[in-house]
Amino acid sequence: MTTPSRALKIAVFGATSAIAEATLRLWAAQNAQLFLVARDRERLERIAADLTLRGARGVKSFVADFDDPSILAPMLAAMEAALGVPEVALVAFGTLGDQKAIARDPEAVRRTLLTNIVSPAVLLTALAERFEQAGRGCLAVITSVAGDRGRASNYVYGAAKGGLQTFLEGLRHRLAKSQVQVLDIRPGPVDTPMTAHMSKEGFLWATPERVAADILRAVGRRRTVLYTPWFWRWIMLVIRHLPQPLFHRLNI
Amino acid sequence: MVSPFAPSTRHLAWGRVHRCTHSVSRPRGVAEARAALAARGHRSLLPYGLGRSYGDCCLNPDGLLLETRGLDRLLSFDAERGIVHCEAGVSLADLLVTVVGRPAPDGGVWFLPVTPGTRFVTVGGAIANDVHGKNHETAGSFGHHLIDLLLLRSDGTIVRCAHDENADLFRATIGGLGLTGLILEARLQLVSVPSLWLENEDLRFEDLEGFFRLAEDSRGWTYTVAWIDCLARGRSLGRGIFSRARHLNDRRPPPPAPRPPRVTVPFDPPISPLNPLTLRLFNTLFYHRLGRRGRRVGVMPFDRVLYPLDGLAEWNRLYGPRGFFQYQCVVPPDGAFSTIARLLETIARTKQGSFLAVLKTLGDRPAPGLLSFPMHGVTLALDFPNRGQPTLALMDALDDIVLAAGGRLYPAKDGRVPAQVFRAGYPLWKRFAELKDPAFSSAFWRRVGEEETAPATERPA
Repeated sequence: MTTPSRALKIAVFGATSAIAEATLRLWAAQNAQLFLVARDRERLERIAADLTLRGARGVKSFVADFDDPSILAPMLAAMEAALGVPEVALVAFGTLGDQKAIARDPEAVRRTLLTNIVSPAVLLTALAERFEQAGRGCLAVITSVAGDRGRASNYVYGAAKGGLQTFLEGLRHRLAKSQVQVLDIRPGPVDTPMTAHMSKEGFLWATPERVAADILRAVGRRRTVLYTPWFWRWIMLVIRHLPQPLFHRLNI
Repeated sequence: MVSPFAPSTRHLAWGRVHRCTHSVSRPRGVAEARAALAARGHRSLLPYGLGRSYGDCCLNPDGLLLETRGLDRLLSFDAERGIVHCEAGVSLADLLVTVVGRPAPDGGVWFLPVTPGTRFVTVGGAIANDVHGKNHETAGSFGHHLIDLLLLRSDGTIVRCAHDENADLFRATIGGLGLTGLILEARLQLVSVPSLWLENEDLRFEDLEGFFRLAEDSRGWTYTVAWIDCLARGRSLGRGIFSRARHLNDRRPPPPAPRPPRVTVPFDPPISPLNPLTLRLFNTLFYHRLGRRGRRVGVMPFDRVLYPLDGLAEWNRLYGPRGFFQYQCVVPPDGAFSTIARLLETIARTKQGSFLAVLKTLGDRPAPGLLSFPMHGVTLALDFPNRGQPTLALMDALDDIVLAAGGRLYPAKDGRVPAQVFRAGYPLWKRFAELKDPAFSSAFWRRVGEEETAPATERPA
C-alpha cells in the first residue's frame, strides 16, 4: 500500500447511502482523511469505525438532517474545522420513495422535492463559494438517469434529479474559469436499500461497488457528466429522443 | 411501506444443483433487519452470506433470504489482544486486507486462527458452518476462536451469546447453519504468527499407507492436506500428493495483500469441460507434476497456499448447467485406514472420480457447536459432477460405509443426505432442534430435521 505524504481530504454528505459508503471504502483504502454527514447517528458511527479500520487517516462525523436549513452553517463550520476546504465534496443524500403513493400526495411531492433538489442546491451553493475561493477541488453530486426524461414510473424524483442536473450544469458554467470540477453522477438502477423492493433480475442493475469505482475514476479524470454503468449514456440518449407517440406506449 | 423483499432466482448454492425462487432482503443495519422480520408474514427466513455452501443448507426455496452482505462493517480491533469485532457479513477477505498482518505485541503479526479453503466467506457463514482449515489438528475449528456474538431472533430480541451467557444458544449457533436467528455481530480472537510467508512442501505418496505415514510425520507442520488421485486402484489406491506448510520464522517484508481474482468463468459452458477423459488426464498429470523426485519445497505468500482456487472466480460454473455435488465425510481414527480404502475403492469402481479429492486428518479438540462437523479422525472431500441417479446412488453407497464406521457428513457441503444418515452422525440434533429459531428454516433442515420418521427424501433432478 502506498501512503501519500499528504492525505486526500474528502467530505461526504449522505454518508450512510450505499453508494456513498462503497465510495468511501475506496477512499479509505487510499488513506484519505474524511468528514462524514448523515442523519442516523448510530449508523454513521459504525461507518466511521469501519472506514478507520479500512485505512482512513482520520474520520470526523457530524449528524444532520439536510432538510433543516439551520444546520447548514454549523455543518460547514465543522467541515472546515476538520478538513479546511476538502479536495472532494460528494453530495449523496436523496430519497426515492414509492412513486405510486407520492404522485397522488401533495405533501409527499413537497418532501421529495425538498430532499432531492432544494436541500442539495442550498448545500452546493454554500460549498461552491468555498471551492471557488480555494480555486480547486471537485464537487461531485449523485443525480440519476431518472432526471434525463420525465417518466410515469418516477417523475417526481426524476423532476428533482433533472432540476439538480440543470443546477450543476449552470454551476459548472459559472465555475468554468476556476479550477473547480463539477461532476454530475448519473447512476442507473443500483442494488441498494432504495430499491430493495425491486427485482434485480436482468443486466441493467449495478452494484454500489461498481458505481463507486466509476466515481473515483471520473473524479480523477476531471469528467463532468458520468453515466454509470457506462451504457446508460446510450440508453438514455435513445429514451430522450423517442418521439412522444412511441414513448407513451412504453411502460417505463 | 414498501416491502423490503424482492423476488430472485439468482441465489444459488455453490454446487448449482438446486434451482429455486427466493424473496430476498439485504438489511444494512438492525433497524432494517427488524423491518424485514416484521414483513415476513408466514414465510420462513434464512441468512445468506456469500453463497459458498455447496448444497442446500443456504437455500430456502419459496421462502425468504436475509442477505448479510449489507452488515459488513468492521467495528473495532484491539491490537494488543488481537480481538476483532465486526458485523457478521464481513468476509474473511475483508479481514485479510485490514486487520490481518498488523503487528502483535509478541513481535509477530495477527492472522486468522482458522480459515477454510476460500477467503470469500462471511464471518457469519464461518460461524454457522463452524468451518475448519488445514490447521485443524492444532487450531480446532472457527467456533473455538469466537468470543461472543449478537443474535437477532425472529421475535425481534437481540441476544448476546458467549461461553458464559446463553451458552446453550452459543453452542447451537456455532455450526447452527443459520437456523438459530440472524447473527448481527461477532468478536473473534486472532492468532499471532511469525510472518505471513509460509514455507511449504509437496510430497508424492504412492498409496494410502503413504498418506497416513506422512500425516504422522508432519506433526511439526501447522497446515496439512492431501490431494488423492481417486481413479487409481489396486496397489496405487489412495496415491496422491501431501502438502504441508508452516509460517516462516524470519523478518522478510510482508507479501502483498491477496488480490481480487484476475480470471472469471463468465458463463455456464453448455457442455462441461470436466468429463471422464479430462478427469483421467488431470489426475494423472497432477500426480506426476512433482517430477521424478516427487517432492517440491518452497516459500510462498499464505494466500497461494491456503486459497489455491480463489484465483479463478466462479470456478463452480465449470461443472456446467447441471452443477455438481460435494461429498465430505469424517470417520473416527480407529479403522480410518480401511474405511477410507473402502470409500476410494467404491468411487474408483464407478469411475465417477472427482477432480479435487482431498484427504486430511482432524485433531481431537472437542467440537464447539452442537452440529459442528469436525471430529477426531480423517476427513475425505470429493466433488462429483451431477449426473443424476448414478451420482446419487454412489453417494448413498458411500453413506453406508461412513455410517458403519461411525462417521458423519458435512452439512455445508451436502445437498442430498437422507434424514437418518444425518441424525445418526449428529446425536445432538434434537437438542439443536429445541434451540433453533422457529421462524428460520432451510431446504436442508426441512429434509433432515423436520420429518417425524425417516422420509423418502426428495431428490434434486
